[in-house]
Amino acid sequence: MGTTAGAHTANHSDSNYLNHEKGLWSWLSTLDHKRIGILYFITVAVFFLVGGIFALLIRTELFSAGPTIMSAEQYARVMTYHGAVMVFLVIIPGIPAFLGNFILPMHLGAKDVAFPRLNLASWYCLIIGAAIALSSLFFGGADTGWTFYTPYSIKHAPAVICMVLGVFVAGFSSILTGLNFIVTTHKLRAPGMTMNRIPLFVWALYSTAIIQVLATPVLAITVLLLAMENVFGIGFFDPALGGDPVLFQHFFWFYSHPAVYIMILPAFGVISELIATFAKKTIFGYTAIAYSSLAIAAVSFFVWGHHMFVSGQSEIAGIVFSFITMLVGVPTAIKLFNWTATLYKGSINLSSPMLYALGFMFLFTIGGVTGIFLATIAVDVHFHDTYFVVAHFHYVMVGGTLMAIMGGIYYWFPKMFGKLVNDAWARVSFFFIFVGFNVTFYPQFVLGSLGMPRRYFDYLPEYEHLNRVSTIGAYLIGMGFIVATITIIHGLLRGKPAGPNPWGGTTLEWITASPPPHENFLETPIVTAGPYEHR
Amino acid sequence: MNFNQQAIGKTISRVAGTWAAGIGATAAAVMLPLATASAAASTFMPPAATKTAGEVDSIYAFLLITSLISFVLLIGGMFWFVYKYQRRSANDKTAYITHDHTLEFVWSFIPFVIFMFVFVWGWKVYHDMRTVPDGALEVQVMAKKWDWRFMYKSGKVVTAGLDDKGQRAPATLVIPAGRPVKLIMGSEKINEASTDPLDRPVLHSFFLPSARIKQDVVPGRYTTLWFNLDQPGDYWVFCAEFCGAGHSAMKALVRAVPEAEFDTWLAAEGGGALTLADRGRQLYAANACIGCHTADGSKSVGPSFKGLWGREEKIEGGQVVKVDEDYIRESILDPNAKIAGGYAASKGVMPVFAGTISEDDIKAIIEFIKTLK
Repeated sequence: MGTTAGAHTANHSDSNYLNHEKGLWSWLSTLDHKRIGILYFITVAVFFLVGGIFALLIRTELFSAGPTIMSAEQYARVMTYHGAVMVFLVIIPGIPAFLGNFILPMHLGAKDVAFPRLNLASWYCLIIGAAIALSSLFFGGADTGWTFYTPYSIKHAPAVICMVLGVFVAGFSSILTGLNFIVTTHKLRAPGMTMNRIPLFVWALYSTAIIQVLATPVLAITVLLLAMENVFGIGFFDPALGGDPVLFQHFFWFYSHPAVYIMILPAFGVISELIATFAKKTIFGYTAIAYSSLAIAAVSFFVWGHHMFVSGQSEIAGIVFSFITMLVGVPTAIKLFNWTATLYKGSINLSSPMLYALGFMFLFTIGGVTGIFLATIAVDVHFHDTYFVVAHFHYVMVGGTLMAIMGGIYYWFPKMFGKLVNDAWARVSFFFIFVGFNVTFYPQFVLGSLGMPRRYFDYLPEYEHLNRVSTIGAYLIGMGFIVATITIIHGLLRGKPAGPNPWGGTTLEWITASPPPHENFLETPIVTAGPYEHR
Repeated sequence: MNFNQQAIGKTISRVAGTWAAGIGATAAAVMLPLATASAAASTFMPPAATKTAGEVDSIYAFLLITSLISFVLLIGGMFWFVYKYQRRSANDKTAYITHDHTLEFVWSFIPFVIFMFVFVWGWKVYHDMRTVPDGALEVQVMAKKWDWRFMYKSGKVVTAGLDDKGQRAPATLVIPAGRPVKLIMGSEKINEASTDPLDRPVLHSFFLPSARIKQDVVPGRYTTLWFNLDQPGDYWVFCAEFCGAGHSAMKALVRAVPEAEFDTWLAAEGGGALTLADRGRQLYAANACIGCHTADGSKSVGPSFKGLWGREEKIEGGQVVKVDEDYIRESILDPNAKIAGGYAASKGVMPVFAGTISEDDIKAIIEFIKTLK
């Protein structure tokens, strides 16, 4: 990125955001977006470990037909907590609140986000929400699945009430972060940073923020109604009291489908950054990628009914939702083609972040095309609520978002901590995660096609060998993350100094020191050209 | 800063080739089954047992092949570029290409056309799935935690039981092969007489993989689906909507048998009970419905039952509703919810039957009304 303030902002003083203040309290009360980003990093990593343990328990139970290591009642809880923790506490805050908080202000050439106190409050919302949600474990645990479908979830159980109230509180974290990013993007851009010059990561976070602000309140209302129904027996969703269980599904997916894009849009942003830097090329079709993010955000509000093709909604509703869902496929395809085109005549560096970006494209393409299978209404009737859907959304959420998070961590780690990780080990972790992922989830497409429903504690004997393959794959993924954790901790303790710009990135965060000073840039950068100017 | 870049660049180019090959090998490992599958698309699906299932499999095969081609183009292109344009040195010059409108139009428009094509195809097949052919055999299906129950018009009821070895034998829905079957499904409590607030009907889903059909069973209303199994045989039914700890054990069998064998089976043990319609006729008299609803078309306090079934009824307030299972069920349980046009004066006359009538009795009355053409 062309700037007039360049080399001399890479200061030689030792003061940076990490040592600017000292002590635990300085972290817990920090208003620095970078430190809040690191708080989210730790939080999300811990919850990922928790959700991951639940995942391994699920796969271990399913290694053999019949009860293996737990009872059906325990299984229902394990799969509920795996889903709820991974969705609400890992994937949703994963990129925006962690990588976004750290990088977005720097991408804009700003000192911080627009509302630093709100930013800290959003982290506390997540922590308090998570604490309330997980306290349900002390009440016997919720067994409703992360979707809380009524009337099953109306059982006047404290565990369910804690869970949904926790989700309610954690939702504010998402709303506040989104609000902060929208205002920051509009108001705090450095001089010369026009909307056509903001990096694609910011465009992605901006589109995400719109969804966070508009859709999350619907989830808040939905879970609040569910909590009231559980506590006071008001009949919103219980047909015995004149309510409608399908209404809950409409409410729930009105948030939770856009929420899928809260999870994946920021990942698109990370991938755009990685591809441009590691191909050393300007991104192909900047405008198309930027506007396709906005298009996806807009259309995402009108596709929720594709989760309900067999719910009893009318035939005409199903057809309309099938049609609109197909439309989302177009901007998504555009992005994939643009990234591939960016590689053309580039200078491709296969360091670990790029391997994750390429892995993302491989896996997300499979996740994307299988999404078209599910959007095709007649085919979805068969696949709905089977392992085909499980495989599809893991290819999108894990193969997509999680690969992007990992790529983003390895990409920005030198900026965050001023140190390099051992790239060879980072690539080993990628290898395990990528191979393990396919071994885990590819067989699940086949299981689903064969008719194995999801959320099954037990299955027909003919499904056993594919389930075994899938379980072995899950252990490989687990090993990959152990290697990744060791690599990152090793990098933190023993990493070689990174310098301001180890990867040859062109966006603004790379012109300042690593780790950046408290105020990001010692002099406000003045932007004179678009991002990704590799000429 | 430059030193770092060069050092990394060197290391990278040394190992890059190996790694590209590694990813390539993994890609091949995943692609191979995909490629094999597209050659014989139905191998991933259970054998197609209905005409509809065959149509679904055709769309599936089309999608699989189209996906495979797109995947090879996109990811094959990615691998090719990664291989061809590997970084040689940190000072590599790269092409400066910002966009290409023609190319971008092409790769937006072609997917759009494909998506619209499968959308319309999926719509057509889905429409057939939802359109019950004439002359279908109607069977009532009741789902509860965690079992299925089937009730025929003849009054015969099938539930889960025990087999010769004392093992749990799933409820078996016996139907004639080659004849369309329509299921009218509802969800019920574990124990209908129970007043336990936790014993409430929940969602289930009737999933017959061999027919590629699935329909949620929703408390408080009826949902329907139909299928026509060509070949005699046993076909698994799964519950596909999470309903608690017994969810995965909630299985049933559909047993398609030749028409003659079906008739014999239906008439055999348990078949001598009252037909549903006859039971409905008795309830009609016993519950004093007869006092206000005639069976011969003459006007009384309430609308006559004759010719009622399937009619477009204009209700008080001007709305038009079709008289179907859900409408009759609602009118029995909560008579004042929708008052038939011209009967405003009768509002409040009929007692509310919610909580006093069983789901099976409602079904019987509906069957009785269906006979009064």
